Amino acid sequence: MCSLALFPPPLPSGHTTLCESNNQLLSRTDINDRITQDSSPPSLHFPRESLKLHSRTESSSKAAFLDHSETLWMRSAAAWRDGGLTGLLNEITNSHTEVPKWLSVSSGCVLALLRWVSSFHGSLFPHLTLSSEDMIAEFSQVLNWSDCVVRAFSWHPHADKFAVALLDDSIKIYNPKSATTPTLKHRLQRSIAAVQWKPLCASALAVACQNCLLVWHVDPCSLSTRPSSGCAQVLSQPGHSPVTSIAWCPSGSLLVSSSPVDTAMIVWDVAAESGVPLQRVGGGGVTFLSWSPDGSHILASTPSALFRVWETRMWTCERWPCVKGRCQSGCWSPDGSRLLFTVQSETVIYSLTFTDIPGVTTSTSRGPQAAAVVADLSETAFSTPDGDIIVGGEIQSMAWDLRGERLAVLLKGDSNAADRPAIIAVFKTRASPIFELLPCGFVQGEPGAEPRLMQFHPNFRDGALLTVCWSNGKITHVPFYFLSASFPQLSFVGKPSPPRLQDGAADFTNQSLFTELIS
Amino acid sequence: QCMTSNISNLGLWESLSACEVCADGNALFHSQVVCWRAVASIAWSVLLLPPTTAVFTFFSKFSFLHPIQTISECISLMTSASAIFSLILVLKDLILSLFSVIPTIACSKIALLAQLLHPRQLVNSLLHCIMGVIVAWCCGVTMGFRYESLGYPCPQSDGLPLMCLNEYQLILLLLGAFVGFSHSLLGVMHNFNYISFHTVQQYKYHRFKGALPLVARCSVTQALYSVRNFVVLYFFLGHVPRAWICQTLNLQLNRSALDSISGLLDFTLLYHLWISATFFLFLWYITLLLFRIFVTEVHSFPVQSSFTDDTPQCLPTVLAEKQPMILKFLALQDLALLSQHSLARRCEVFSLSQPGGHAHNWNAISKECLSLLADLTQRLQAYHDTIATNGRTKSLSSGSERKSSSETSGIFTNNVDLRSLVGEPLTAPFTPDLVSPFASPALRRLATVVDPGSPWYGTVQSPHIMRRGPKLWSTSTGDQSTFLEKLGSYFFKTKTFFFLCVTQVKNFLSKRVLVTYLFNKLPEASSQALFADSQAHIWALEGLSYLVQASFSEDHFGVVQTTLPSILSSMLLLQEAVDRHFKLPHASSKPSRSTSSMEESTYKTLRFALRATLKTAIYRITTTFGDHLKAVQISAEHRKRLQQFLEYKE
Repeated sequence: MCSLALFPPPLPSGHTTLCESNNQLLSRTDINDRITQDSSPPSLHFPRESLKLHSRTESSSKAAFLDHSETLWMRSAAAWRDGGLTGLLNEITNSHTEVPKWLSVSSGCVLALLRWVSSFHGSLFPHLTLSSEDMIAEFSQVLNWSDCVVRAFSWHPHADKFAVALLDDSIKIYNPKSATTPTLKHRLQRSIAAVQWKPLCASALAVACQNCLLVWHVDPCSLSTRPSSGCAQVLSQPGHSPVTSIAWCPSGSLLVSSSPVDTAMIVWDVAAESGVPLQRVGGGGVTFLSWSPDGSHILASTPSALFRVWETRMWTCERWPCVKGRCQSGCWSPDGSRLLFTVQSETVIYSLTFTDIPGVTTSTSRGPQAAAVVADLSETAFSTPDGDIIVGGEIQSMAWDLRGERLAVLLKGDSNAADRPAIIAVFKTRASPIFELLPCGFVQGEPGAEPRLMQFHPNFRDGALLTVCWSNGKITHVPFYFLSASFPQLSFVGKPSPPRLQDGAADFTNQSLFTELIS
Repeated sequence: QCMTSNISNLGLWESLSACEVCADGNALFHSQVVCWRAVASIAWSVLLLPPTTAVFTFFSKFSFLHPIQTISECISLMTSASAIFSLILVLKDLILSLFSVIPTIACSKIALLAQLLHPRQLVNSLLHCIMGVIVAWCCGVTMGFRYESLGYPCPQSDGLPLMCLNEYQLILLLLGAFVGFSHSLLGVMHNFNYISFHTVQQYKYHRFKGALPLVARCSVTQALYSVRNFVVLYFFLGHVPRAWICQTLNLQLNRSALDSISGLLDFTLLYHLWISATFFLFLWYITLLLFRIFVTEVHSFPVQSSFTDDTPQCLPTVLAEKQPMILKFLALQDLALLSQHSLARRCEVFSLSQPGGHAHNWNAISKECLSLLADLTQRLQAYHDTIATNGRTKSLSSGSERKSSSETSGIFTNNVDLRSLVGEPLTAPFTPDLVSPFASPALRRLATVVDPGSPWYGTVQSPHIMRRGPKLWSTSTGDQSTFLEKLGSYFFKTKTFFFLCVTQVKNFLSKRVLVTYLFNKLPEASSQALFADSQAHIWALEGLSYLVQASFSEDHFGVVQTTLPSILSSMLLLQEAVDRHFKLPHASSKPSRSTSSMEESTYKTLRFALRATLKTAIYRITTTFGDHLKAVQISAEHRKRLQQFLEYKE
């Protein structure tokens, strides 16, 4: 079992991780070091000041207007429209001078009863008392979502382009081959929790918003920089908001969305705009979804200590109760046979294997009996020139590259303590003879920048490319150059080309040993 | 006791009737597959009857003040009432042949009206009315109290016992008839008989459980609307059936009549009416739901069989058959699923026949799928041609050529034209309406290029065209009449006069609002009708693309390679036709979504689903094969298109 103690110590302050080459993570000290990289996509910077934030609060603009007296009927109707039954009851109870006494007293009693019931419900599922913004922040895969400049990021699964969702509720699409960067804005596009491109399609982008699900169709050949909101399909279902997680079927036909409020996850047929709710008792909602790359399983975690693994042929599920907390994050191996997941308030990575029995046409695949611990990420102290720092603890999210060779783990750290930074730990993974995680190193950014969100490029030719969004609004790409063991044909097509450092990197050049070739 | 025997009798009877209907399909296999599903669904709805009745009894007897009394009454009633209730399972599945996997889409209001007035539909409505009355009677008996019987003895002033009319039961029975009738009407308007297939495969139990809240909600709201409409109707017209019943059964009218405001504002009565209506609708909807779930369940066809007796049941054979459409759909669904999920069955598809080494399975399957795609492409092109010429009968392309030749006075050089002119001179210009008995044989012959059986047939002869017809052809009328005057044949003149009259009548009618309203085409309907059976095409596309994708690694004999060019070119052709179709007005406008209804509105969005599936299918092939596709022999134009897909620019 791998632990953090085996890792090389983190870089001293001021060093930035550059890439992995020859089995070694390279870094640079100076930001002004220019690096020529052949195929690396552009790094971006979104300063917080450049974004125009709207100061609009979530509720209504009632406070801005002067109060004037309306009749009770009008006020009741308005309360019913704005706040539903509880709003109406509240209004009647408050205006006890105008209504008969029995009415105000009885509505007060009903209101108290409702509150008592909802508090009971809330004590069963505490997350239901959160506001929708807080709920997204709580269950998002992004670290400290509400304060994040880049709120969501997605690489296109085939083409070389990506979408970035920003704090001001706009989405920008970057394509290195085209000069235009379309900006997507929509009236309903608020509090974006996740974006994902549709596989086997050039144009469709699904966006999980506060009240609904949007599917944008952005024509890649169009020169327009502001596609109209007519290009977006709105998918919504009552009671299914806020949407915190979405997942496309790898074959591109279905989209699954989940909300921590709704106990059902919805499988959308996007073209027909129809959704099938899949409901199971227990859990109190669905927070995080991850579809395995081979399309056979879906991980669906709930706000309570329980997660489910759905099998996508007949849509049956296995229940996996956890001991301590809810399942925080999970990722699948490329062949869909292995699931790695982490549990809130635990510092280990668990592994589950799913084996389909070949030749048997039953729809159910037999799962394992219990999860195995594959890595221990408990807090470890490293001494660096700047003093001791402690790395480890709870895990925010995980990402596994599509060749199954590198696993990136985002550790939460403690934002208040300077010696416990949030950091990305990268593992090498090996599937045979036994599955194991080997230490690779830590990925660090500029001083003061904290990693918030990360994703692997889905088809990087020379290894793996990890894209990291930082707290200061920068998006950088960290390539890992290696020869793939499972895709030998790729290594002959393109020889891995480590970046040519112009200067200041002479000390790395004498360590060029391809140990991966030997192993 | 009595109840169980009744149920078993009923079930048997239903199964017999169902199987009789199925046997019409003249395929034994068909009856095996579809029949048993129908029987099973009916059996399940019979089994679900007692709990439904229990709930109904509970609600009808419920009183806040005496909860314990309510429960004890319910239990005592249940034992006796279920016997009655087992009789009344209302099955519109009696008319199984009405169900179809392809929706019938009315292109104009008049077509909808024609559907509603179709004799079969009338019989259906009548049946529903009768069923409604029977169920209402049973409800009345269960609820007891004042709904029990139609007459009651009332003391007369002279002391003679007389039978008086119990209007409460009458109103309940009439409500039953009304709900039955409106249900059957709504069924036609909302295509209740259309069975859609789901993209998400689930076990029957889960599907049923998932749909149950929807069914309950629908029946409750629909019952509310029905009761409202019924009460309004009864307020105005209630005296007619009441007088008739009184006269027929020789009953007296004793109490004050109920068709007054005070009589109808009886909340207990309204509540009971609403509960009963909910109960009927719930029963019908549940039966419908179960039937849909059972029929659309996946059936796994063997890909090949070693015994010749079983060949009719194999996938390639069933795919190629035309007639039982449901079976063809099931086979296509199975194909799409096997290509996606089952390695072993894909291997069977790619395998070669043992003596001979022919890829019979793959050839049969790919041929059928390709012909489906080609059929749709052709249909779209023909439709587009019709629309593109803006009402002129362009699908009869030679017809328009003839027209132009007649205008450019090339008329005498063309033998065919002259002959047809002499035969029936002016019919063609005046009647683009192809079904008109006056259409010239030439025109009719040309029109048969279009298969009259195909669902879009009705759209060609749109009233739109009919209205435009005279205006468009007016110049030619002048031409031709001068020509006729030159001939000086009064025989022709009379005919001309007659057709001019017809035109004038049409012109006159087209200006009337009601007629325009009835004949105006519903904007999206023609597009919907074109893609009515597109679920088959979607599966064909999925099946083909997944098989081609799998063939990259699994096809050891290279059987797929030989058909790859034709698969690619037919997909690209279809893509072109679909793209062109979506540029037409109304084709890309989305229908409004209706979430809370039993209506199957899937057919309204099939064209979007087809477009998305088509694109995904092409991308699936291009992503799998990548640059290897450059070695495939296809035309230069298609190669250019394919390059767009390879670069992810579509």
